[in-house]
Amino acid sequence: MTAQTAQARDLATVIGLEVHVQLETDTKIFCGCSTEPADEPNSRTCPVCLGLPGALPVLNEAAVEAAVKVGKAIDADIPVETRFHRKNYYYPDLPKDFQITQYDAPICQDGRLEFSVEGEDRAVAIRRAHLEEDPGSLQHVGGDIDTADYTLVDYNRAGTPLMEIVTEPDFRSPGEVRAFLAKLEEVLEYLGVFDATRDGSLRVDANLSMVDADAVADDGAIDGSTLESANRTEVKNISSHKGAEQALAYEQSRQKNAIQRGADVAQETRHWDESKGVTLSMRTKEEEKDYRYFREADLPPLRVADWKKRIAIPELPAARRERFREAYGLSREAADKLTSTKQVADFFEEVAEAFDPGLAATWVADELLGELNYRDMHVTDVEGRLDEVTRLVELVATDEITAKNAHETVLRGMLDGGEDPDTIVEREGLGKTGDDEVADAVRDAIEANPDAVADFHAGEDGALNFLVGQVMQSTGGSADPGTVNELLREALAGD
Amino acid sequence: MAAENPPGDGRLVPDDFDDDHAAFLTVQRVAGADDGPLDGATVAVKDNISTADIRTTCGSAMLADYVPPYDATVVERLKTAGATVVGKTNMDEFGMGTTTETSAFGPTDNPTAPGRVPGGSSGGSAAAVAAGQVDYALGSDTGGSIRCPAAFCGVVGIKPTYGLVSRYGLVAYANSLEQIGPIARDVAGAAALLDAIAGPDEHDATTRHDTREDLDVDGHPADATSYADAAGGGIDGLSVGVVTDLVEGADEAVVERFEAALDDLRAAGATVHEVSLPSVETAVQAYYVIAMSEASSNLARFDGVRYGQSGGYDGDWNESFATAREAGFGEEVKRRVLLGTYALSAGYHDKYYRQAQDARAWLKQDFDEAFETADVLASPTMPVPPFELGESLDDPLRMYLADANTVPVNLANLPAISVPAGETDRGPAALQLIGPAFGEERLVRAGSALE
Ligand SMILES: [Zn+2]
Repeated sequence: MTAQTAQARDLATVIGLEVHVQLETDTKIFCGCSTEPADEPNSRTCPVCLGLPGALPVLNEAAVEAAVKVGKAIDADIPVETRFHRKNYYYPDLPKDFQITQYDAPICQDGRLEFSVEGEDRAVAIRRAHLEEDPGSLQHVGGDIDTADYTLVDYNRAGTPLMEIVTEPDFRSPGEVRAFLAKLEEVLEYLGVFDATRDGSLRVDANLSMVDADAVADDGAIDGSTLESANRTEVKNISSHKGAEQALAYEQSRQKNAIQRGADVAQETRHWDESKGVTLSMRTKEEEKDYRYFREADLPPLRVADWKKRIAIPELPAARRERFREAYGLSREAADKLTSTKQVADFFEEVAEAFDPGLAATWVADELLGELNYRDMHVTDVEGRLDEVTRLVELVATDEITAKNAHETVLRGMLDGGEDPDTIVEREGLGKTGDDEVADAVRDAIEANPDAVADFHAGEDGALNFLVGQVMQSTGGSADPGTVNELLREALAGD
Repeated sequence: MAAENPPGDGRLVPDDFDDDHAAFLTVQRVAGADDGPLDGATVAVKDNISTADIRTTCGSAMLADYVPPYDATVVERLKTAGATVVGKTNMDEFGMGTTTETSAFGPTDNPTAPGRVPGGSSGGSAAAVAAGQVDYALGSDTGGSIRCPAAFCGVVGIKPTYGLVSRYGLVAYANSLEQIGPIARDVAGAAALLDAIAGPDEHDATTRHDTREDLDVDGHPADATSYADAAGGGIDGLSVGVVTDLVEGADEAVVERFEAALDDLRAAGATVHEVSLPSVETAVQAYYVIAMSEASSNLARFDGVRYGQSGGYDGDWNESFATAREAGFGEEVKRRVLLGTYALSAGYHDKYYRQAQDARAWLKQDFDEAFETADVLASPTMPVPPFELGESLDDPLRMYLADANTVPVNLANLPAISVPAGETDRGPAALQLIGPAFGEERLVRAGSALE
């Protein structure tokens, strides 16, 4: 085709994902070693995860349970029996030079995940999700993988349960990928099987190709032969939602430019360089990989036919959001905020149960989350101080302190100084000033500022504000400004 | 052969330790518990079974300096039972051989038939028992590696049902086929050793009985079973099926000894009839495809990074791995790893690996049918008497075919016992009895009737 026609073509983007997530279990998938990260390299290891000769894997059923929870959440089929295969390839981070993974009987098949992007509801089909062991990690010393003086191996991570989630090529834009990943992470956290704060807990490989826009049906479907004939690139080394969007946006325009120049898009694997914001061709020749999969005889097949029924999962975010709106009368925005993570939602419900849900929603969704966010903290950091937050809401609800003081002094003090609300209120003298006291302060202010009183009577608005300020100052800010205003007007009117 | 690799080369055997047949690779005594059923007994351990702080070489230069930090479950159990471990015995490299001549540390002589091979791959273990150096030995059997040397050295060996004995700590050659098992001078001894090592192990998921739905038994078959008590139990009315396919083509002198053993069984009250297992025809091919395929994966970790001699730092990782593997593995190991890699490759997987799995399934079915009419099945353990040292080493095919009678048992995950059946003009002959899954008691009872 000529460059002319190429330019005239409308192109559509097709993206499919392979998402690796670390499942949160106490111990590794095939041995009893802890999955907690450790500073000392190779300290969380044993004969099994080191791949010592003679050591045998024993399946940690907690990892399978976590995977079944994910399967339920994405509405996948769970097989009658699940089993493991070996994926054979040589790499120094693989203790046995093969990886135990799943091949023909993965724990989850044919699921889907719904999410919304820019207000529009979307669903992506999940072809399969299987369990496998994480390799160890490599540290290249004195350079990158090609130029390092030497490379160190740490097997602490080896054997951490991984779930590889493979989607159909259902994404049509990098933005959709980002929204999907955020949703996936939200669901996984809700299930209690994933810790997003852990380094390397989410890793994404993405396939991207460009096809003629005409080949996309109205319902978004693309026939198999169109996909087959389009050259695609596999982008590796993506480790965040934002990184996924950036890498794929880069790759999308790189391919589009190539096609519009009339050049070919090479079918290849590319490496996302987050610091430079580009994808780079991996110099190694892309030969057809042959992993020589075969059954892992050391692990008997596991019957999981009734696990879907047996294993319960918590209420998922979408359902909880709806319930919050209905049961507590929250706005969509507040409900979204309060269900953003399971911890926040749990926290809110605890406060709401102890107190007025509307007030609880404001305090958790706006004040608390805002202040936490400002400090780069999470709800998990104050989980143990639920009583204190509840008490703070109570102080406001019963009019004992002003909302302004509650927020600016008490909440911030709680987060910065670690004190409980009553201690702060007492020390700072924030208890709302009694009406008599305010009345006294009003009288004092009028007596002490005859000029301002004269100005007020002369019709200068600024004079009243000045007097309110004087009263607030003498009451240490604990008086309600509205009340002060009212009392001043009354006093001056009768003057 | 012996000139190139004189006994003692690389072996850690003290001068004052009597090892005339070069059965041991490492002699290092470890005392067991103060009392127990094996109190006072001495045991030799095949050198592919991990022993904490005692090097475990698998008969390979690759692991000449490898000292495991942990004991195999069977070694722990031996110690608990009060046995004293005497040392580690010679073997074909990684279990790949039928003569113990592929060991990187040189061959072992046959104490019962000097100048001949002790069989393999557990040749050192059988020789140590035959020479009276120890009371018992542990071997491992992937395709006959306990029964062959037991037969060639004139001692008793048991290959247990897959899943009866823990493989934790056994350096894998072909993990879907192999079991650790006992070698002793008589059936009662082998049974006593089996009692000590059998039973479920939380470190080996294939010993978990609850996954075996086809078996109508509560708990693990080794629980509350005494194999030693079954010895001498009498076999009146026992039905013995002779597998004709495994007798045809065997050496005449061997068949003669086999027939005499059958007469002894009849005399003890057993009935003997013929059965045919047509599927054994493809067993050797299927065995080698499966064993080599699994080996190609199991031995991948020996890449010079943590084991063997480093492959150096020139070139990329793959070149470094290749250099280390070229230097560390012997010819037979390289042959099997290469063939196994090929058999699993895309495009050949269906032709070889899948077909071998089909053959394995057919064999299991054949055995199931045979056990409908027989309590135990019988054949010569080895179709030939022991080879002369050096005789078969350059002819791998001949060596592979010698496994014809033993490999079907591994493919079908069944138990078998090899019991001496007298001498031919070229060394010992032996009878193999095969039982249904977890039928070890029956095998012990039948085997002891020949003593
Ligand atoms: Zn471990």
